[in-house]
Amino acid sequence: MNTMDRPNKFLIGGDESRSTPPPAPRQSDYVSRTKIYPKRAHGTFRGIKWIVMGVTLAIYYVVPWLRWNRGEGLPNQAILFDFANQRLLFGPIEIWAQEFYYVTGLLVIGALSLFLVTSIAGRMWCGYACPQTVWTDLMISVERFWQGDRNAQMRLDAQRWSFEKIWKKSATHLSWLTISLATGGALVFYFRDAPTLAVELVHGTASTVAYVFLGLFTLTTYLLGGLAREQVCIYMCPWPRIQGAMVDRDSLLISYRELRGEPRGAHKKGTTWDDRGDCIDCKACVAVCPTGIDIRDGSQLACIQCALCIDACNEIMDRVGRPRELIAYTTIGTLANATSAPREGWRIIRPRTMLYTAMITLVASLMGWSLFNRADFEFNVIQDRNPLFVVLSDGGLRNGYMIKIANKVEGVRHFKLRFSGPADLQPKFVEFDGTDPTIEVNPSEVRAVKVFLMLSSAQRKELRSDAEPVTIELQDVESGKTASRATTFRSPP
Amino acid sequence: MSHRKIDEVTGVETTGHVWDGDISELNKPLPRWWLYTFYVSIVWAIGYWVVYPAWPTINGYTKGVLNYSQRDQVQQDIEAWKSGHAKYRSQIAEMSLADIRKNDELFQFSIAGGAALFGENCAGCHGRGAQGGIGYPNLNDDDWLWGGDLEKIHQTIAFGVRSGNPKAHDTAMPRFGVDKILDEAQIRDAANFVRSFSHLDVDQEAAKRGAQIFADNCAACHGDHGKGNQEMGAPNLTDAIWLYGNSQDAVMQSIRTGRGGAMPAWSERLDPVAVKMLTLYVYSLGGAQAEAASASAPAAGTDKPK
Repeated sequence: MNTMDRPNKFLIGGDESRSTPPPAPRQSDYVSRTKIYPKRAHGTFRGIKWIVMGVTLAIYYVVPWLRWNRGEGLPNQAILFDFANQRLLFGPIEIWAQEFYYVTGLLVIGALSLFLVTSIAGRMWCGYACPQTVWTDLMISVERFWQGDRNAQMRLDAQRWSFEKIWKKSATHLSWLTISLATGGALVFYFRDAPTLAVELVHGTASTVAYVFLGLFTLTTYLLGGLAREQVCIYMCPWPRIQGAMVDRDSLLISYRELRGEPRGAHKKGTTWDDRGDCIDCKACVAVCPTGIDIRDGSQLACIQCALCIDACNEIMDRVGRPRELIAYTTIGTLANATSAPREGWRIIRPRTMLYTAMITLVASLMGWSLFNRADFEFNVIQDRNPLFVVLSDGGLRNGYMIKIANKVEGVRHFKLRFSGPADLQPKFVEFDGTDPTIEVNPSEVRAVKVFLMLSSAQRKELRSDAEPVTIELQDVESGKTASRATTFRSPP
Repeated sequence: MSHRKIDEVTGVETTGHVWDGDISELNKPLPRWWLYTFYVSIVWAIGYWVVYPAWPTINGYTKGVLNYSQRDQVQQDIEAWKSGHAKYRSQIAEMSLADIRKNDELFQFSIAGGAALFGENCAGCHGRGAQGGIGYPNLNDDDWLWGGDLEKIHQTIAFGVRSGNPKAHDTAMPRFGVDKILDEAQIRDAANFVRSFSHLDVDQEAAKRGAQIFADNCAACHGDHGKGNQEMGAPNLTDAIWLYGNSQDAVMQSIRTGRGGAMPAWSERLDPVAVKMLTLYVYSLGGAQAEAASASAPAAGTDKPK
């Protein structure tokens, strides 16, 4: 370009740097959301997503209604987070607050599984199973039901307010709110007996907490699934930030195969495909994307790997008569090679995946082993510390112990206690007569039993230290199962 | 600041901040709704000032439209608990101690409540674990000055010891030395004799002399064989428990100046239900002699010969 064509003011001083356009103001620190109108996709992955959505939603809504008979006086809900009584019920398994490590174990397995799946096949969780994805997908389909597909929605939004626009928008939001209410409603059922709570909710007699959480989850479902959608994935969720460390050259990633697609450009039917790429730049992949990105820009944080662009592109490729999988599940390794098939050399078994599998197996077996072997009663001995020992009038000694027995099964149980230690310790109970009472413990209850052990003055010389080991054994009368705890018998030094 | 700077590698605008000459930061703008949540939180904070107590004033603070107060909340919680306890308290008020002891629910309630009452009222002298100290009886053991069954414990707690209450235990040990009833040599002999009950290391000659002194002066209350008398609050001198210690000096001091610790009449300070709950708590400490339990409790007998 001839410098003489430019306005004179840029020539002052003859400085070359002055020839750049006038400095533009910096872009804003904030960016407004651009509304996304995802077009409906058709194909294999859309089909899989419908199925996953159906299954996950069914699990969520149906599970609180499953029953499990635990016997009289106990909740008969199969899965119940019984916070009021500090226990979690999973069918036959009852987890008490002090056993919360089982839940921790589940979370550890969950995290490791996420790592494993991601290292094998990328963000499968984000693309198919994440509640945010499932509910957003549901909300989007409802929106399409009332307002039509992408183009119809864009036309509707561009329109002036009219009766048609008002009723279509209202119907959409009302449907969203209804779904949200059902979601919030289903959530509270996990925490109290569902049939009872359902009646209470309708009659307005449920607890304030139930209504607060129902309202909260109605609001968040509507807000996050209906309105915020991809904003949650892009700005609120930590997983897109973490997943970069989880994938490697061998992980499946949904990618645009640039070497095959470029140079892109419109293609006239009947003309040659030589010396050009397969991408006809139809932007079908952009139109279906629920987060509004262009997959052809490469792997990016906002891509939730939902595979809808694969469906969209395959449809176009079929129509123009080119092979499918221009956008495909592929690996970074194969992307570099124009002639490779999309998943050529994809290795599932590699040190990383084997390590994750080993860790999952380890944690799962540890948990399974401890769950299988855990006693269905719990037994603890707390020795009195103040006073440590009591001198009796005959010169004998007495120590006190609080024995706590937790019955974790459905049904009343009976226990016997046995004591062994230095010399001949005589037990004495506060609540029971006699030295060998049968202790009754109600289902799902902890019973505290105070017991004193006494040593006669004659036997004091048999004490070898001021803290003699004592073993307290608890026996379940019905099953004969025993457990024992070590404690001490204290005496003056 | 106002100049656009584009990062060559990514093509993204930078914030214009440069560190160490060449490290710049890409400008990735925050979503605008995020900014709005910040404004919303400011509005929320102002709402808080209006609704809840917030600002100090010269002589108080702004109460907020809800008039919320954590103190009131605690007060309400306490009231709620009290009304929840009412059914137990009314039963405890009407039932006899022996019947309460046999009722598992009421007994547990009484022990729990009694433990709290004990901490507030009794632990000052008897210790947090009721272990006592010099001059303050250990309530865990099986030696009782004024009797250790439920009724006797109740009487002692309700009316006290030398408390001035007309129903209090009022007898006291004479001051044999101070009032010149016995001279110092006689006191030494008597102390030797008393200590010989427990096979402590004594001067046998002095003990022999002390036997007569004991018979003349002490046996009236402590009994011919020193077994004590709970009617008079006279301790058993033959057992292993010594309220003021079992050294020669301590025993001589007891004879010289007499002993007479005091305990308030708790019925003058606490309601009858509280006194009953305290009784059951002290009973539960393990040394008490319940009518029902005494037969099976091996160490319950205080008059077992040494």
